[in-house]
Amino acid sequence: MTDALIGGIVVFVLASFVGFEVINKVPSLLHTPLTSASNAISGITIVGSMVVVGMITPELSNVFGVIAVIFAMINVVGGYLVSDRMLAMFGADKKKDEKEAKS
Amino acid sequence: MMQHVAELAYLLAAIIFIIGLKWLSSPVRARKGNMLSAVGMLIAILVTLLDKQIVSYGLIAIGLLVGSVLGVWMARAVKMTAMPQMVGLLNGFGGGASLLVAAAEWYRLIQPGQLLTTGTAVTIYLSSLVGGVTIAGSVVAALKLQGWVVPDRPVLFPGRHALSIGLILTVIAMGVYLGYNPGTMWAFIVLNLASMILGIQLVIAIGGADQPVVICLLNSYSGIAAAMTGFVINNHGLIITGALVGASGIILTNIMCKAMNRSIWNVLFGGVGVVVAGSGGDKGAALRAKGVRTITQEDTAALLGYGKLVIVVPGYGMAVAQAQHQVRELADLLHKRGVEVLYAIHPVAGRMPGHMNVLLAEANVPYEALLDLDAINPNFDRADVAIVIGANDVVNPAARHDTSSPIYGMPILDADKAQHIIVMKRSMNPGFAGIENELFYDSKTQMLFGDAKKTLLGLINEVRTLE
Repeated sequence: MTDALIGGIVVFVLASFVGFEVINKVPSLLHTPLTSASNAISGITIVGSMVVVGMITPELSNVFGVIAVIFAMINVVGGYLVSDRMLAMFGADKKKDEKEAKS
Repeated sequence: MMQHVAELAYLLAAIIFIIGLKWLSSPVRARKGNMLSAVGMLIAILVTLLDKQIVSYGLIAIGLLVGSVLGVWMARAVKMTAMPQMVGLLNGFGGGASLLVAAAEWYRLIQPGQLLTTGTAVTIYLSSLVGGVTIAGSVVAALKLQGWVVPDRPVLFPGRHALSIGLILTVIAMGVYLGYNPGTMWAFIVLNLASMILGIQLVIAIGGADQPVVICLLNSYSGIAAAMTGFVINNHGLIITGALVGASGIILTNIMCKAMNRSIWNVLFGGVGVVVAGSGGDKGAALRAKGVRTITQEDTAALLGYGKLVIVVPGYGMAVAQAQHQVRELADLLHKRGVEVLYAIHPVAGRMPGHMNVLLAEANVPYEALLDLDAINPNFDRADVAIVIGANDVVNPAARHDTSSPIYGMPILDADKAQHIIVMKRSMNPGFAGIENELFYDSKTQMLFGDAKKTLLGLINEVRTLE
């Protein structure tokens, strides 16, 4: 267990540095979509939620798990879709989405 | 074997997230980057379905379906002006999921025949703490931004720092107690409740105008919460991904704090937003004695219509008045007359980082015309007119030279360097920081009072009548 914990910490620290490097280059123009897109990525908790629900677990754990899946899925789906809506306004294929944005 | 394939698939998903985020650095590729990242998420979800620990799929299917429907509905219904509270709310859902996974794992592992190791226990408690702070804090932030229930201004009460420290100590105490008595339900509940109250307490003390920082910070927390979940279920893919989001939130928090000339500690614990600097004391009085010059819509239209370069400085006031569409209409008219129109976007314009860009993009302003602080400032020298719409502190030259000013040192837009400055404003009320704006009293400045939208419509008509 301790080995796994140490391994996890190593991965966490290195991945944080990768994150700093990649995200520092995003221009302020796109900071709102960046926030919502990275927000959607944080919905990766969906993985943990699904495992917890699918396992043979006491009932209470299942209840928590199902709500967790719903929450994480809202985070994932909602996050990617709002990012896409915003990015469509910036991108090259702008025309198509004009109507959608107005409605 | 299957376990290894799954591990590698999570790694693949994490790499795809990194590439997706990288693509977000260019407006042309950003949309594809977001979609790519969604593919990464799909891979992660599909691989999870193959996990050998999973024996029943019914509840998973229900959860995925309900979550998807709600997610689609929320994403479609939200208005661009409401984006900050939307992102805040989505953040909260992520944090809530982490909290719930931790609770579910804890309850499973305290059953007879299961083993709750110290390492797992610690990660579960950390996950509860970060998840609880994230969900409660995000909900309060979203309510504040929406203007529901919780007041926009900072809610401060005596002893709030003591309360925060007490809550943190409670969380630690419960963690230690649970270490010796693993199955104690009440202690686990107290730990979770204390975490959530801590989240409420942290955000409720922060004023509406500081919410951009809060949103970034909570975004970071939701990433850290996801990473903690990764520790709980021992999954490196989650840890990597959570760390990425954590880093992104911290970078944005930092950028926002710099743009507001404040430290993160000052934002979180300063209770700012209640700084009433009088109106700058003697200086304010001297300025007010000087008086301001006003200008008519007709004269403004002439200044704009016969210029070469006009720089628009939009502030949150413009967004509140929903005037971005009129701004773009005016800009189009000017463009047809051969006038170049650029937009000066201060990092704190709007209610979250980059919010103003989204609002203007929604009004079909081409993103090439949206310039950030460093890019636009050299252009004010050659601008005929800088037209300030609903912005205030971000154009106050006092930030450059007045060491006694609360905004001294804050990076500002050099609107005062333009040949003419038109300030569109409802009245002479001082801005958020409660300080008089030197720019308004500048000899080159003329005030155009009135409702932003109506005034812009007036200007559009006036420009049309120009030769």
